[in-house]
Amino acid sequence: MSTAKADILARVRGALGPSPVVPEIPRTYRLAGTLVRDAAVVDLFCETVSEYKATVHRVAESALPDKVRAILGEGLRVGVPAGFRDLGLPVIEDRGLSVAELDELDAVVTGSALAIADTGTIVLVSGENSGRRALTLVPDHHVCLVAASSVVPSVPDAIAALGPDAPITLVSGPSATSDIELDRVEGVHGPRRLDVVVFG
Amino acid sequence: MSFQSAAKVTLKDAQLRRNIGKATTLIREKRLRAVAEVPDWEPLRDAGEAIKAHTMATLPEQLEKLEAAVTAAGGVVHWARDGAEANAIVASIAKRVGTDEVIKVKSLATDEIEMNEALEAEGIHALETDLAELIVQLNPEDKQSHILVPAIHRNRAEIRTLFEQTIAQGQSLGNEASAIAEAARLHLRNKFLTVPMAVSGANFGIAETGTIGVVESEGNGRMCLTMPRVLVTLMGIEKVLPAWQDLEVFLQLLPRSSTAERMNPYTSLWTGVRPGDGPQEFHLILLDGGRTNVLADEVGRAALHCIRCSACLNVCPVYERVGGQAYESVYPGPIGAILTPQLNGLGSAPSLPWASSLCGACYEVCPVKIDIPSILIHLRGRVVREEKSRLTPEALAMKGMAAAFSTRRRYEAAQRLAKLGRGPIVKAALPGWTAMRDLPEPPKETFRDWWKREHGEG
Repeated sequence: MSTAKADILARVRGALGPSPVVPEIPRTYRLAGTLVRDAAVVDLFCETVSEYKATVHRVAESALPDKVRAILGEGLRVGVPAGFRDLGLPVIEDRGLSVAELDELDAVVTGSALAIADTGTIVLVSGENSGRRALTLVPDHHVCLVAASSVVPSVPDAIAALGPDAPITLVSGPSATSDIELDRVEGVHGPRRLDVVVFG
Repeated sequence: MSFQSAAKVTLKDAQLRRNIGKATTLIREKRLRAVAEVPDWEPLRDAGEAIKAHTMATLPEQLEKLEAAVTAAGGVVHWARDGAEANAIVASIAKRVGTDEVIKVKSLATDEIEMNEALEAEGIHALETDLAELIVQLNPEDKQSHILVPAIHRNRAEIRTLFEQTIAQGQSLGNEASAIAEAARLHLRNKFLTVPMAVSGANFGIAETGTIGVVESEGNGRMCLTMPRVLVTLMGIEKVLPAWQDLEVFLQLLPRSSTAERMNPYTSLWTGVRPGDGPQEFHLILLDGGRTNVLADEVGRAALHCIRCSACLNVCPVYERVGGQAYESVYPGPIGAILTPQLNGLGSAPSLPWASSLCGACYEVCPVKIDIPSILIHLRGRVVREEKSRLTPEALAMKGMAAAFSTRRRYEAAQRLAKLGRGPIVKAALPGWTAMRDLPEPPKETFRDWWKREHGEG
């Protein structure tokens, strides 16, 4: 054990005294599973995410490729996670793209692990559906596909469904800052354009 | 300089007062709306408070669990008794990596230990990437004035001018805030993609899983946490949370209390090292830096529950008028007034516990229910007991009072004396006392004398 660690832990124990009172944690707030997961939850998600100045599209799963093509137009360099679903347009799969190659992408299309209706949040979990973190960060335009069945009502619902095994990014709207007069301004270092396509 | 003296200087800056007044008024209204739409806000606050108190009471266990979990996930955990030790660890990692530049995510813990200056002394430049931190860093004479928005004292036009003179020379940025954000984006983009090492703070560290969380807005955090090869995170020991489930409480309390949003744009959660995704070398530095001294004070220790949302600054009538710089502390506002004197020692900031009108607005908005007014009063008592010389006129007067009240005979004698000479004696002995207070004239006849006159000796 390092000396610093031993010293700090000894100081903590000394500060707490021999028998510190350990309070119980009252969890009387709305826990995971409290709220009903119905179609209204998907509507709420579309509403809350659009309030962040993200563009929301709602389509049937069969119409997904058409919608993505309509959003992106033609001639763009579009990145996707390796082995991603067929979008019917030319894509560059991320099989270890270099930083320079990521920087040359005009847009990226990925899936998501789940979404939170209450807060308008998309949850990306590093892996084959959401891609690795850099893929959804370096390109300036992120088109994110959200399965309607993956929308949960609340933050506790999302935390209960997630775990520590892979890096997680919670995304609520495009990159923004509140640093100028405490007002939210979109578009700093992350993707400045966020399209959310809710399908199914 | 005492808070009162520093406040006299900042109060004369009309521009600063206008800027801060405008920003805090806006955020106060937004916070009310963001909180009002959460029906279980009070139960969430109760849970937040209890989780923090529970964590403090079991801190040794939580820290050892966190260390074990981070290590198991491929990270390296360091312990630092003070800022000098933490800074030395960061500098030695940078030297091994072979970089003379690191990119930084806004971190109050690194400000606390003056990491940028310490790294600079070792020939390593620490580049701030948060917009407000960048604004402060670009002007060598400027200082941070808010926990969340360090450049809150600057308005849009001032920031635009600063950028046109520094990172956007020769350009005209116009009046849109988006042009200012764009200038910062262009300035930092290449750094994000090339600098091999980043330093961050942490909002949470989960003991159960070893997961670290950073909550941010711009994406500069994601850049620093994802792109460099090496990541070093400095975390105060009080930032540990016992369980994964605890995230569901703080990810609801924090964004609505700080930027008054349902959720901040980006939250990153990572556990050690992930092959093929993000930094392949991760260091976590656990910092004491005075925190164990705070923990030793049974009343004052609740200051360690703070999640750095800054809601208490935005509602404080004193902060709104004097601004953050008058506190001369990394942590300004109500939370600074209770945290700084405890972290750095009461003698370092003995006037800060008086930087409050005790109106209680800070307690009402605190997402983890820190009773700031009670801690302020407690610290005032401690300053008087521990820091002020026993020979100050005020201390002598209080001792005299205690003696005078101890027996009836002494009390009556003191009353007679007071009738004769209280005004001139108090004014001479305690000149500061009467500078802003009226001293009531002693009554011509005391209640006891009146009773004796009317009823005889009783």
